[in-house]
Amino acid sequence: MTTATAPAAPRALPPLGPTRRLKLPRQAERTLGNGLTVIAVRRPAVPLVEVRLWMPFGRAHLARGAMLAQTLLSGTRTMSGVRIAAELQKVGGGLSAGIDPDRLMLSGAALVTGLDRMLEILAEVLTDASYPNDEVATERDRLVDRIQVARSQPGHLARTALLRRVYGTHPYAVQTPEAETVRAVRPAVLRTLHAQRVHPADAVLVLVGDVQPERALDAAEKALSGWNGAGHTADLPPAPPLEPGPLLLVDRPGSVQSSLRMALPGVPRTHPDHAALQLANLIFGGYFSSRWIENIREDKGYTYGGHSVVEHSVAGSVLVAAVDVATEVTGPALLETTYELGRLATVAPREDELEQARQYALGTLQLGMSTQAGLASLTSAYAGSGLRLEFLAEHAARLAKATVADVAEAAARYLAPAGAVTVVLGDAERIGSQLATLAPVTTEPARP
Amino acid sequence: MAARRSRIPATKYPVERFTLDNGLRVVLTPDRSAPVIGVAVVYDVGIRSEPEGRTGFAHLFEHLMFQGSENLEKLAHFRHVQGAGGTFNGSTHLDYTDYFETLPSNALERALFLEADRMRGPRLTEENLRNQVDVVKEEIRVNVLNRPYGGFPWLTLPPVLFDTFPNAHDGYGSFVDLESATVADAADFFRRYYASGNAVLAVGGDIDVAEATTLIERHFGDVPARPAPQRPDFTEPDLTEERRTSYTDQLAPLPAVAGAWRVPDPITDFAAYLPYVVLAEVLTDGDASRLVERLVQRDRAVTSLGGYVGFMGDPFDVRDPTALLLQAHLPPGGDVDKVLRTIDEELDRLATDGVAEGELARTQARMATHLLRDTDAVLGRALQMAVLEQQRGDPGLLNDLPRLVGEVTDEQVRAAAATLRPERRASIEVIPGGNR
Repeated sequence: MTTATAPAAPRALPPLGPTRRLKLPRQAERTLGNGLTVIAVRRPAVPLVEVRLWMPFGRAHLARGAMLAQTLLSGTRTMSGVRIAAELQKVGGGLSAGIDPDRLMLSGAALVTGLDRMLEILAEVLTDASYPNDEVATERDRLVDRIQVARSQPGHLARTALLRRVYGTHPYAVQTPEAETVRAVRPAVLRTLHAQRVHPADAVLVLVGDVQPERALDAAEKALSGWNGAGHTADLPPAPPLEPGPLLLVDRPGSVQSSLRMALPGVPRTHPDHAALQLANLIFGGYFSSRWIENIREDKGYTYGGHSVVEHSVAGSVLVAAVDVATEVTGPALLETTYELGRLATVAPREDELEQARQYALGTLQLGMSTQAGLASLTSAYAGSGLRLEFLAEHAARLAKATVADVAEAAARYLAPAGAVTVVLGDAERIGSQLATLAPVTTEPARP
Repeated sequence: MAARRSRIPATKYPVERFTLDNGLRVVLTPDRSAPVIGVAVVYDVGIRSEPEGRTGFAHLFEHLMFQGSENLEKLAHFRHVQGAGGTFNGSTHLDYTDYFETLPSNALERALFLEADRMRGPRLTEENLRNQVDVVKEEIRVNVLNRPYGGFPWLTLPPVLFDTFPNAHDGYGSFVDLESATVADAADFFRRYYASGNAVLAVGGDIDVAEATTLIERHFGDVPARPAPQRPDFTEPDLTEERRTSYTDQLAPLPAVAGAWRVPDPITDFAAYLPYVVLAEVLTDGDASRLVERLVQRDRAVTSLGGYVGFMGDPFDVRDPTALLLQAHLPPGGDVDKVLRTIDEELDRLATDGVAEGELARTQARMATHLLRDTDAVLGRALQMAVLEQQRGDPGLLNDLPRLVGEVTDEQVRAAAATLRPERRASIEVIPGGNR
């Protein structure tokens, strides 16, 4: 072999440069006379402002709450819903309302020059939403349609079954109203619910963008101090502990994939185990380079992707692993999932696995703070659980300190497959016996 | 009184451009306001270029670019990006395929190394190919086959509007074609299309231009020079009569409909194209838009409605031929014919009477917010600039888009609306087969 070119010498992976310290953006906070907390954060990268208004809304009637979110922006005594949308558009703005068992949220963004106007309109909606009869009737039908579409989605059905199984009689157990209960909601009921629950006490407004924080607080105070403080809040009972039992197989005949969902115990962000659990979860299945995804996707080709994440709610935290796999490999996919959970819960991870997960956790904190929308959502989520951005630095320090022993201990405590609540949505005829090989199974039909 | 009008702000993202000796074009856009970077490599090949009998191949090949390369074992790419605190992905479009990562800025050289290594050549093995065919089949099941409205309308409408294979075929691919793919096909596809001369590298964020330039030369400078292939002509004549089709979706609970009309060439006739991008928003952006107000609020004929230019909602990174799309979901028993007739009526009204006082200005202000928001993340900026460089040789256009959108006139919007005639329309109806 005289003409062959010599094999290229292997090239070495360049090392990382020195880590930049986590630097928090400039911010200011004020509690208004009516009880509303306002947090303003400066990130001037683009001439916009992000708005998030978090209002506690626990224990609200499910259908009424959903309809309130659906029609909150449908009109006030002086503005129609179309007019509200048009006025917001004039300043490049838009608002949308969403609800979950913890909170009602208004969120949006606008050109920063439109901040005052956006806040003015926000105030008008909060103090004067009128729930006009025609618009409520239209939105009622739309919500019913949307629920029907959601219930044709496997992801929604699997989630619904998991929540019911995890939360039993807790308010978190059912998060989508029945069409019939939505149809029964009348405008007068929405006006009453608004008067009772849409109030500033314990609410948090977050403004992030190309603003001077103190001036943004002044603008918020000017626009929103007239929002009434009366009303009541409702405390949620703590979420119940998980009760492992037979695997729940939800039958969806003809399904070409199976949706596997597993719930495991989680801890709130402030719990001493939080950082170690986050790292254990990453090593298990919380990012692409996790054991679970490398196994069931990159080695076996069972799935396009899965994800495991600790979900934080006001009444408790839970770790949820979710993956959709081909029908014919449903049993093997459950086997590998249980295996990877069990392996991490019983054998300590390697040092390099922990380092990789740690770098990912720390790096993605930086990435999450590097956009206005990311910062706004993070600040709002933290504030909803009583935390401030400073917590990021504390959390980063805990991530940096966690040892292999800490992570192994957290994995043993929280990731043990014996503690899991498992739901599989799929074609029972084709997957029932595969699953029954691995676990006791209870079967029920999907509830459309 | 003139309508109150928000001044449309502009960004001043810096742009540095150069070309390496091997033909690789480079765009740098520094921003030191946060310690993060975005790195994007865009290859000028997409769904339209895949050969007949190999539907879905461009996307399958995108997966293979993550399966190891000259100096990297399988899994190494993912681990090196995430182990540096970053995230990654790739995506396959009609006209291009992108690969990208965003990371803390201390990983700049690592990211360049990773992209250069796979530009020299991915590890194409039978085992990796079979594995990724399985993964892609699961991707298609989760996004198309196992859910209602899967592929509607981005996969289901092109074959109605277009006649030629490049424009009409299913870009996700048939299982038969995917399973027929070979390592030799992949090697050939790489040789033809993944040439240094057919690629653009863009880096945005916390970089020093001189240092980044040195690192780029170090890692990409010895990628073998290969020229860009000649891009085929994908043009097709416009429709001369209406096309209408329907199919039953067994999983769908409600009827739906989508319609599309061809629009001017986005690259060679940008000035004529832009009014259509604005028109789509006038018609459908928010509760105060024409069609939402009429069809959702007033007539209650549809339950949701959307409109955009480009089958993947990508008005500024697609070439000709492309289209303006409108899509709607209807309530149970809804009348698709009536919805299409109402759309025609509203388009007529707009073409005849023009926009209302302030209607255009507020839509343009909202579009500016959307455009600016998309460029806030340094990765978004890098990706968009890479494509603008590739398709237009003008990455700086990103700074001008909000202003250019704001300069579109009432007259231009009217003229655009006037061309959306029923006889130029292709539409597809989803007949619900589920939950009945």
